[in-house]
Amino acid sequence: MSERLDVKKTYKLLIKGQFPRSESGRTYEVLDARGAFLANVARASRKDVREAVLAARGAQPGWSAASAYLKGQILYRWAEMAESRRRDLADLVISPETHDAERDVAEAIDRLVWYAGWTDKVAQVYGGANPVAGPYFNFSLPRPCGVVASFAPPSGSLVGWVDSVAAALCTGNTVLSLLSPSRPLAAFALAELTATSDLPPGVLNVLTGDPGELGEVIARHEDVDGLDLTGGDERGADLAEWAADSLKRTYRPHEGDDPTRRLRAFIDTTTVWHTVGY
Amino acid sequence: MSDSFLTSPLGALEYAPAPESASLARLRDSYGLFIDGSFTEPHSVSDTVNPATGERLALYTRASSEDVDAAVRSARRAYEMVWRDMPGSERAKYLYRIARLIQERSRELAVVETLDNGKPIRETRDVDIPLAAAHFFYYAGWADKLGYAGFGPAPRPLGVAGQVIPWNFPLLMAAWKLAPALAAGNTCVLKPAETTPLSALVLADILRQAELPPGVVNIVTGDGVTGADLVSHPGVDKIAFTGSTEVGRIIQRVAARAGRHLTLELGGKGANIVFEDAPLDEVIEGIIDGIFFNQGHVCCAGSRLLVEESMADEVLRRLRRRMDQLRVGDPLDKNTDVGAINSAAQLAKITELTEAGEREGAERYSASCVLPDRGYWFAPTVFSNVSQTHRIAREEIFGPVLSVLTFRTPDEAVAKANNTPYGLACGVWSEKGSRTLWVAERLKAGVVWANTYNQFDPTSPFGGVRESGFGREGGRQGLEAYLDV
Repeated sequence: MSERLDVKKTYKLLIKGQFPRSESGRTYEVLDARGAFLANVARASRKDVREAVLAARGAQPGWSAASAYLKGQILYRWAEMAESRRRDLADLVISPETHDAERDVAEAIDRLVWYAGWTDKVAQVYGGANPVAGPYFNFSLPRPCGVVASFAPPSGSLVGWVDSVAAALCTGNTVLSLLSPSRPLAAFALAELTATSDLPPGVLNVLTGDPGELGEVIARHEDVDGLDLTGGDERGADLAEWAADSLKRTYRPHEGDDPTRRLRAFIDTTTVWHTVGY
Repeated sequence: MSDSFLTSPLGALEYAPAPESASLARLRDSYGLFIDGSFTEPHSVSDTVNPATGERLALYTRASSEDVDAAVRSARRAYEMVWRDMPGSERAKYLYRIARLIQERSRELAVVETLDNGKPIRETRDVDIPLAAAHFFYYAGWADKLGYAGFGPAPRPLGVAGQVIPWNFPLLMAAWKLAPALAAGNTCVLKPAETTPLSALVLADILRQAELPPGVVNIVTGDGVTGADLVSHPGVDKIAFTGSTEVGRIIQRVAARAGRHLTLELGGKGANIVFEDAPLDEVIEGIIDGIFFNQGHVCCAGSRLLVEESMADEVLRRLRRRMDQLRVGDPLDKNTDVGAINSAAQLAKITELTEAGEREGAERYSASCVLPDRGYWFAPTVFSNVSQTHRIAREEIFGPVLSVLTFRTPDEAVAKANNTPYGLACGVWSEKGSRTLWVAERLKAGVVWANTYNQFDPTSPFGGVRESGFGREGGRQGLEAYLDV
């Protein structure tokens, strides 16, 4: 009796809730820790970047207007879907020697749950009423800055990737994420689960490709409002400088950052004054 | 104008001039820099002029790179040796002292500000100076409560802050920058604008009277070269800038390359949205305040009036009549509503943009006031029949010039209001609360004024979204800009 032959998976992009190949038709090889072939992954082009930004922009008004409760429900649902696929995800974490894949996945899921719980607390913690001297009711509300592009950590850590997208998502931003070029598989598989989590199309868009080729296009794109440079590494300063073209908010991680620093990086405060009287 | 007549439903009214005395300013002939707790000898001096007359008020020093370096070093020493580790309750007391001294010298400061800036004494006396004192008073109270501000139990300061401020609210902007920075435990190097250095130099004297430890605040006057030296100085940990979007972009590039903390408060093209049901008398006053306050030299000015089509003619008619009643002239006169344009360069910019407005086909109406024959002046002006593509609807004029556009539905009002790369402030006028809040939710702006305009308070966070910058000044949020959190 012959052994059954595996059905191999084709990795594509996630844009506007769909899974297209790169419009350029290009792919590149992803290898495991020992250098053996794992998969051909789509190599996104500049045009794919523009499509992803368009999708994120289109989804922005709906996602930011969705109730905080609903956003929390959806992100929690995503964690539930991931929990049921823990082993599959762990198999895809390409681990450097000492890395514990199962623990990475478990922490990533727990982190998603943590962010899901933030959706309906951000306004209370970072907003509030201001006691101005005059007959006005004055309140401040944190609001999403808009479309956030994030560079995933090159280590391929699933926790790191969740941080780089969920902080922006839970505050109402829509996201374009460029995955670690050499270790994209686990993150992409986790992103695929958004298709069964009621996350509206375009809220999270995921690209694989060469950050060296796409970084500048993303950082200079005028319809991107925020930039998470977690995975920007040595090009971080260049990316941050290009971001100045359209005055983007940028987040560059520092050793020992409080996790709320990233959360606060992509919110703007709107303060409303309303007259009081009769 | 003392000889102008007002026509109102009450008949013709004439005002006698009520000028404040310029001698209250006690100006010196020339000023040095405030570095390490004392004034340097003046060098490389420039004139600072009274824009209402074009006459020189005093000479001020254009700080060299060596001066900037000395100021940053002094700030660093003060940070490490004194200020960072001083108990918050002690820092608070210094800030309270400064607040009180500003109040005590408020009349002098108001006159200095009016002479140097050109804005009416009524505004410096009632708005600029009291608010500056209030900012110090508010942030003084935070200095020993930072652990309760929501940024963790023991938030640390950033270090030395390099702060570059504009000419439109010179002392107030200095207070907005210095008060939260000092409360959080940072030390400062402040660069006032080249056309309005004087009130910051009086503030330096106040800091001396408050016995603020040397180096905690250094004030270096100068032009854009001095500003560039400051923001690119390697000893600066944090840059805070208020000014044009164009310069903000350049500073963000510098800060990005150097990995500095940065907050920017930049330009705007604020929409003032008037719905049909709004109370008309209040609306007219709100429009006037929104665009003619401080000669329109306000980044959050309501420079685009979006009025519901059904009432546009009535609003325009009443607006023009009200504009004719504005008293334009001697800023020191307590009756004056609209003062002088701050500089010849700004006047040229306003003139150029209004000419473009006429060329592009908008209909111009300027108030019938008589302008003084010397100094820099521009009559309050409104453009109607403005389309969204006109330069006067897109570019920040930073002067007393209003562009009027119309809309038919709330959706259209929001779309037009948001049709700008800026996002600093907007106004909404309606008696229908649900609609006001619906609109406020959709406006891309850091501040929304409902049935009011141009209100400021130290407890209320101010700042922009999109290309109007990032970071907030005022309120609990204003502390975040000066803490390493």
